[in-house]
Amino acid sequence: MELCNCIEPPWPADELLMKYQYISDFFIALAYFSIPLELIYFVKKSAVFPYRWVLVQFGAFIVLCGATHLINLWTFTLHTRTVAVVMTSAKILTAAVSCATALMLVHIIPDLLSVKTREIFLKNKAAELDREMGLIRTQEETGRHVRMLTHEIRSTLDRHTILKTTLVELGSTLGLEECALWMPTRTGLELQLSYTLRHQNPVGFTVPTQLPVINQVFNTNRAVKISPSSPVARLRPTGKYMPGEVVAVRVPLLHLSDFHIHDWPELSTKRYALMVLMLPSDSARQWHVHELELVEVVADQVAVALSHAAILEESMKARDLLMEQNVALDHARREAETAVRARNDFLAVMNHEMRTPMHAIIALSSLLLETDLSPEQRLMVETILKSSNLLATLINDVLDLSRLEDGSLQLEIGTFSLHALFREALNLIRPIASVKKLYITMSLSPDLPQYAIGDEKRLMQIILNVVGNAVKFSKEGGVSVSAFVAKPDSLRDPRTPDFFPIPSDNHFYMRVEVKDTGSGINPQDIPKLFMKFVHSQPHATKNSDGSGLGLAICKRFVNLMEGQLSIESEGLGKGSTAIFIVKLGIPGRSNEPKLSFVHKGTKNQVKPNFSGLKVVLLDDNSVGRMVTKGLLVHIGCDVLAVSSGDECIRVVTHEHKVVFLDVSMPGVDSFEVAVKIQEKFSKRVDRPLIVALTGNNDRMTKENCRRVGMKGVILKPVSLDKMRTALSDILEHGYLVESQ
Amino acid sequence: MEIVGQLQKQYVEFSTSLYREGFLDEQFIQLQKLQDESNPDFVVEVVSIFFEDSEKLINDLATAIQQQVVDFKQVDAHVHQFKGSSSSIGANRVKNMCIALRSFCDEKNLDGCLRCLQQVKHEYFLVKNKLETLFRGISHLKENIDSFFSFLIHHFFRRKK
Repeated sequence: MELCNCIEPPWPADELLMKYQYISDFFIALAYFSIPLELIYFVKKSAVFPYRWVLVQFGAFIVLCGATHLINLWTFTLHTRTVAVVMTSAKILTAAVSCATALMLVHIIPDLLSVKTREIFLKNKAAELDREMGLIRTQEETGRHVRMLTHEIRSTLDRHTILKTTLVELGSTLGLEECALWMPTRTGLELQLSYTLRHQNPVGFTVPTQLPVINQVFNTNRAVKISPSSPVARLRPTGKYMPGEVVAVRVPLLHLSDFHIHDWPELSTKRYALMVLMLPSDSARQWHVHELELVEVVADQVAVALSHAAILEESMKARDLLMEQNVALDHARREAETAVRARNDFLAVMNHEMRTPMHAIIALSSLLLETDLSPEQRLMVETILKSSNLLATLINDVLDLSRLEDGSLQLEIGTFSLHALFREALNLIRPIASVKKLYITMSLSPDLPQYAIGDEKRLMQIILNVVGNAVKFSKEGGVSVSAFVAKPDSLRDPRTPDFFPIPSDNHFYMRVEVKDTGSGINPQDIPKLFMKFVHSQPHATKNSDGSGLGLAICKRFVNLMEGQLSIESEGLGKGSTAIFIVKLGIPGRSNEPKLSFVHKGTKNQVKPNFSGLKVVLLDDNSVGRMVTKGLLVHIGCDVLAVSSGDECIRVVTHEHKVVFLDVSMPGVDSFEVAVKIQEKFSKRVDRPLIVALTGNNDRMTKENCRRVGMKGVILKPVSLDKMRTALSDILEHGYLVESQ
Repeated sequence: MEIVGQLQKQYVEFSTSLYREGFLDEQFIQLQKLQDESNPDFVVEVVSIFFEDSEKLINDLATAIQQQVVDFKQVDAHVHQFKGSSSSIGANRVKNMCIALRSFCDEKNLDGCLRCLQQVKHEYFLVKNKLETLFRGISHLKENIDSFFSFLIHHFFRRKK
């Protein structure tokens, strides 16, 4: 029977059972083969699967299992040895792979499990990050709100707007129920409710500053939660509702002086305002930290904005005040100018209008005297003449005084004989003295020079005035005049310590003493003597003629001569002595009489060189033309003199540096000539400078000259030095520094 | 020698008196300053021109004032010229009289003008006289000095021989 090498199954083959086994094995094999296929398919689909190797192993294991089961199908019936061998080898392989897989799984499954945990961890992390993102966004929102608030607050410099805006914006940003600002009163002892968000007009609630809750808030720069029932938070009449959480923060009120960079953190001021913020009562909201921070920041910004507003207010006030003062000053200046102008006009009028008739009166009276007159008539005419002379003197005096005060008076320096001067002065006074039966003696010391340099006319005036006064106020006795050279030690008068006369080689000081035996002067009245228009002796009215200006003018003249004038008296009835010292030049040492009022420093004695300077001169008066031409030629100029305006315009060339125009010519409009000359050379840079020559010293002429572009005005008659100075001024500066 | 000294003294006294009496003023001194070697007869020239001018002006003035209807503007123009030239020379009293005359013209006071014109003429002739005397004196002085020097030189050379 054993023809085939067959293996008998261990148990007898039952038909039905065998069938079922057969089918199950088949299906198992099928499943086992398809599972790896599925696995491969899905793994191929997913890009990321870290355990391919495992899958391969697993696949192999399943395939082999499937193969085993498949091969099992053949073992149900008689099967050859080969089948048995294949079956066995399949089983062996399967066993090996399964064991390997089992071993492998031991390693892998914990890993797979841990993947799961990591996934959960990452999910948690993501949730956390989400939360944080939310927070950051909230903070950024807050920041944006702060910036916007700050911008709103800073966009105005008006206090009220600042504060109102703060409250409004805070209210809207934080969703507040109510927001209020308590400002300290002037005394600082109370806080007054000044601004609220919802209340329209806060009626003056006040709370004392020393409340503990307020102190607590003021002592820190953070926002502090306070109880809703504290007095600062009770803004509405107590109602049924429960107010929400309340926060208060201090707002420093800074002064200008608090702005020192280093002191900023520690504010030395103790003035704070209180800002109270209330959350809505019906929400369960709480104050968050970032909201508190927002409030603190805003409070600081408000403080800064308020101080800016305060500074601005102050500076606006100061500016307004300055403007007012400016206007007032301007007005005062204009008034003063008007007054000065009025006075100058008045003086100018006096100058011309009063002098002219005076001249007429004097001229005609002298004319009259030379005709045949009866003695009475002669007496009358002589009186007229004397009175008009007096009047002329008065007019001159007043004009002189004004010019003295202006500073526009200048001494006319010249050389004169001292002896002759004194002699003449005394000759003039002698008749009056002899009428009053007073003697006049004069003694001139021998060391006085014969000739001196000074203003002869004004010195004469001084002597006449002083001696005249002496005679006037003496009823008996006489006047003695003595003049001598003052010695340096005798010059120092203890009564006038600031007078330091210093004689030099070119000058000497002359001292003149005029003693009279007259009524004397009360020492207290002496200062009044030198005041204008004051009569020092009210009782001597009958004899006192004289404007009261005399001594005042004399004092000014003496001062101009760098000297001093004083009057001494021991008392009423004891006579008086007038002493004056003046500075005079010694002739022969410095020959050019220096002008005592030299203005802008052209004091150089070096004669400037004008040789060959080409100039044009226009004057229709032949004598005047010749004189001025001679003057200019003597200085060294190359002069072209013409007598008509047209000729002048024709002959002026660019080589001429200066054109002198006489502007007092009646038939010629010199101003037009000036304009035409300017036009002729309008294109050139080196056009000739035009100077006016005139006998009129009035402002009108000067203005007209200036208006047509003349560079200066020279007053006729012109002296050699004046012309030299003027020319050098013109050439150096391009215009006359001081129109002479 | 003595004569020169005497003449000099006379000349100085005379010219000083001219200033003192107001015939001449500072301006005349200025004129004298302008005379130098390059311009030795300046003063005489100027004064001569002044005399010519003034005489013409006086005639014009006389004519203008004797018109039927006096044109005061014209008179004023002439006086202005006269004032100008006299002040350029330094003829003080003439200038002052011109100022007075101008005021009469401003008022159109014919009688006043006539009288004042007389005075102006008077003053002018006075100063003309004085100036001519002055110049004569100068030339006299010059002559004397010249003759003195020529005498000296002659004498010296004679001596030398």
